[in-house]
Amino acid sequence: MECEERTDKIFTLRSPRFSEGCLLMKYALKRAAAGLATMLIVSFLTFAAFDLISGDAATAMLGTSATPERLAALRAELGLDRPLPVRYGEWLLGFFTGDLGSSTSYKQPVWDLIASKTGLTLCLSLVSFVLIAAVSIPLGVFTAGRRRFEGARTALNQLGMAVPPFFTGILLSWVFGVGLKWFTPGQFPDAGRDFAGAAVYLLFAAAALSIPRIAMTARMLRSTVQEELGKDYVRTAISRGNDRGQVLRRHVLKNALPPVVTFLAQTMAEIVAGSIVVEQVFVIPGLGQMLVTSISNRDYPVVQAIVVILAFWVVLAGTAADLINQRIDPRLRLGGAA
Amino acid sequence: MKRKLLAVLLLLGLLGAVLCGCGDGSADKTPEGGQTSGSTEPAAQPAADHPNEITVGIAQDLDESLDPHKAVAAGTKEVMFNVFEGLMKPTPEGDLIPAVAEKYEISDDQLTYTFTIRDGITFHNGEPVTAEDVGASLARCKNGGDGILEVEAFSNIRSMETADSRVISITLEEPDSEFLSYLTTAILPADYDGQDTAPVGTGPFRFVSRAAQDNIVLERFAGYWGEPAYLDKVTYKIIENADSILMSLQSGAVDLFAHLTSTQVAQLGDDFNIEEGTMNLVQAMYLNNAEKPFDDVRVRQALCYAVDRQQILDLAFDGYGSLIGSSMYPAFGKYFDDSLTNHYPHDVEKARALLADAGYPDGFAMTITVPSNYQPHIDTAQVIVEQLKEVGVAAEIQLVEWGTWLSDVYAGRQFQATVVGVDASTMTARALLERFTSTAGNNFINYSSAEYDAFFQEAVSAADDAAQTAAYKRAEANLTENAANVYIQDLADLVAVRKGLTGVRFYPIYVLDLSGIRYAD
Repeated sequence: MECEERTDKIFTLRSPRFSEGCLLMKYALKRAAAGLATMLIVSFLTFAAFDLISGDAATAMLGTSATPERLAALRAELGLDRPLPVRYGEWLLGFFTGDLGSSTSYKQPVWDLIASKTGLTLCLSLVSFVLIAAVSIPLGVFTAGRRRFEGARTALNQLGMAVPPFFTGILLSWVFGVGLKWFTPGQFPDAGRDFAGAAVYLLFAAAALSIPRIAMTARMLRSTVQEELGKDYVRTAISRGNDRGQVLRRHVLKNALPPVVTFLAQTMAEIVAGSIVVEQVFVIPGLGQMLVTSISNRDYPVVQAIVVILAFWVVLAGTAADLINQRIDPRLRLGGAA
Repeated sequence: MKRKLLAVLLLLGLLGAVLCGCGDGSADKTPEGGQTSGSTEPAAQPAADHPNEITVGIAQDLDESLDPHKAVAAGTKEVMFNVFEGLMKPTPEGDLIPAVAEKYEISDDQLTYTFTIRDGITFHNGEPVTAEDVGASLARCKNGGDGILEVEAFSNIRSMETADSRVISITLEEPDSEFLSYLTTAILPADYDGQDTAPVGTGPFRFVSRAAQDNIVLERFAGYWGEPAYLDKVTYKIIENADSILMSLQSGAVDLFAHLTSTQVAQLGDDFNIEEGTMNLVQAMYLNNAEKPFDDVRVRQALCYAVDRQQILDLAFDGYGSLIGSSMYPAFGKYFDDSLTNHYPHDVEKARALLADAGYPDGFAMTITVPSNYQPHIDTAQVIVEQLKEVGVAAEIQLVEWGTWLSDVYAGRQFQATVVGVDASTMTARALLERFTSTAGNNFINYSSAEYDAFFQEAVSAADDAAQTAAYKRAEANLTENAANVYIQDLADLVAVRKGLTGVRFYPIYVLDLSGIRYAD
C-alpha cells in the first residue's frame, strides 16, 4: 500500500496526469509501428532469400521428374517467372487482406496447414518460458549471497548451459519415456481427448528446451542480485535492523530484475528457434518441422507465414518485457523515459 | 499486498492461457486412436485386446499433391500404392495382373488392347468405375499439363474407344511390348477434382486424412473388388529424426518401420522381427560424363577399379546389400545381367595405369555432391573418398540440401560426381534405362553413346519379348563397359515389424503393400 502511493507521487511529479493518456497512445503507436516494421523487414528478407538460394518451388515439386520443358511450364503456372518485387507485393497484399496463400507443396490453404501447429508451438514456447521464469528466478535469488557448495553449483550450472536441448531431449525420452513409461515418445496425445497426457508430453519437451536458459538466467540474476546486495543502501537498510528477506524483495529485486526480464524476453526468440529442434526429437507436430520441410520444398507461402508468426511472437515478448519492467521499476515508465 | 495478489493473478492467467492454447491448438487434429487406456500406458501389449490397426512410421512426409498423376516422390508413391490401382497392377513376383480390368485382349498386330472393366467395381466414393473414367485417366496422363506428369509411353496412343460402359479399346501407333506396364497408371473418377488433397481411387485402402508433418490415415475399403485388407485402419506417422525413430518403435508408438539402417536394426531389441528385402534402387557414384576429366572413359574406368564395393557394404552397411554392375537391380530378374556385376574388380594397379594413360599419373581433385537428407549415401561417399586416395584422387564431399541437389545437380547438371540411388517408376527396364539416351531430358549425367541409343531403340521397338530383353541387356552392358557411372549396390531394405504382425511382401518397385499385413493371432 505504502509503496504504491509513493510511486504514484513520483509519477505525478514527473509528468502531469493530463498527458498520461496521450503518452500511452504515443507509446502504443510507436511500439506497434516498430513491430510492424520488424515483421515487414523479416518477411522481405525471407522472401528475397528464396531468390538467392538455388532451386525454387518448381524444381522441388517436380523432383527427379523434372525436364526443362516441365520446369518452364510449372514456373509460369506458379507465377515464379515474374520479378521479385511483383511477387513480394502480391504476397504482401494477400497478407494484409487475410489471405496467406496456398502451399505449393501440399496444395492446401496455408492457414489450414499451420493453424493447429501454431497453437502447439506457441504453447510449447510459453510453457518453456514459464518454466524458465518460475525456476530460474527463485533459484537465482536463493543462491545469491550464499557460498555453500559453490563449486558444485558452478559445475552444474556450466553443465546445464553446455548440454544442447536435442541431447537433453533424447535423454529425457529414454529415461521417462522408454524406461519409466510416463509418456510415449513418438505418440503425442490428442489434447482434446487426453489433456493430462498432452500436458505431460509438452512439459518434458519444454524441460529439454528450458534447461540451458534456466542455467543462464539463474546465473545472471544471481550476479545482479549479488551486485545490488553489496551496495550501500542495502547495508544501511540491514544495519538499521530491517529483515534481510524483506530488503531483498522490496528493494534489491526491484533493481536487479529489469535486466533479467529484458534478457528473458530475448530468450523468447531463442526458445522459438530451439523448439524447432526439440519438436523433431519429441515428434511434436508443431511449426518447427513444417518450417524446415517447407524451406527444403521452397514452399515460400508457408515459410513466409511461419516466419511472420514467429517474428510477431518475439516482438510481442519484447513489448511484454517492457511493460513488466515499467511495472517493477517506475523509473522506466513513460514519463521517466521521455 | 495488492501487488502480490496482482502477481498471483497474472501468473494464473498466464497458466490458463497456456492450457487453453494447448486445448484449442490441437483439438481439431486427427485422433491418434488405438489408445484407450490413457497416455501413461502405451500400447505395449499387442495382445488380443488391440484394435485391428497399426501405426507405420515413415521418415518423410507426403509433402506434395496426393494426385497420383502429379506426385513425384518415391515416398508418396510408396504409401499411395495402397489407395490407387490401374487397369493392371504389379505383383511381388514382378508380374502384372489385371486390377481395375477384369481381362484384356491384344490384337494380333499388337496394336489394339481391349480391356473389360470388372463388374461392380467402385471408387472409394461409391461411384462405379466406367470406361469413361478409364479413358479420362489415361488421356490425362497422355496430355499432361497443370502439374500432371505426362507418361511418355502414352504418346504412342492413337485413339481410345469405349464400346460400352465396361469396355475400352486402346489403339497404338506402333507396337510396344511394354505398354501393359504403363497401364498401372492410377484410374481416377473423371468428374472429381479433389485429388490433390483428398484422393479417391479403387485400392484396398481408402484415404481418410493427412495432417502435414504429422500423420496420414488410411482405412480399409469395404467395397474392394479383390481380397480385402486385413487391417481396419493404418496410421502413417511422420518421424524424421533418426533417434526418435528408434524411440518410437521401442516405446510402442510405432509398429512397423521400413528402410531402417543396419545400425538402427541392431539397437532394436526383441520386440521386433526384421524382414529383409531390397530397396530397388541403383545406388552409384553418378559421374558427369560431359565434365572434365570424367569425359574420358579411362578415367571413369579407373574410378570403377579404384572403388572397392564390397568394402563399402562391409563398412557402411554391415554387409547388407547386393552388388550391381549396371543400371539394373537384381529384383528385375529378367533384365538383370549378373555377369556385369564384377566387370571391374577392385584393382588399384589397374586404376593407376588407366589414370596415367589418360594423362593423370598423379591423380586429380574432385568433388562428390551428396544430398544431406539420406545418411546411407553420405556413408557410402565417405568410404569412397578414402578408397580414391589410394589412386591419388583427392575427392571432397559437398553436402547439399535436397532442394539444392534437385536444382543444381539433377536439373542443372552442375556437378562432377554425386552419390544417390535412382529408382524405377514403373516395372519396366525402360524406366531405368531411358534416361541414359543422349537426348533424354532426365539424362543428368550427360551420357552420350550412339551405340547405346541404338540398343535402346532396338529394345523399345522389338516385336517379341526375348529380342527386347536381349537388347536391353546389351544396353546395360554398354553402360558397364563405358563405365558410365561407378555402380555400387542395390541397398537392403530392412523393415522392423512388431512381433505378432505378419504379411510384409516385397515388390520389385519401391512400394509398401499393406493389404497383406495382419495380426498373427
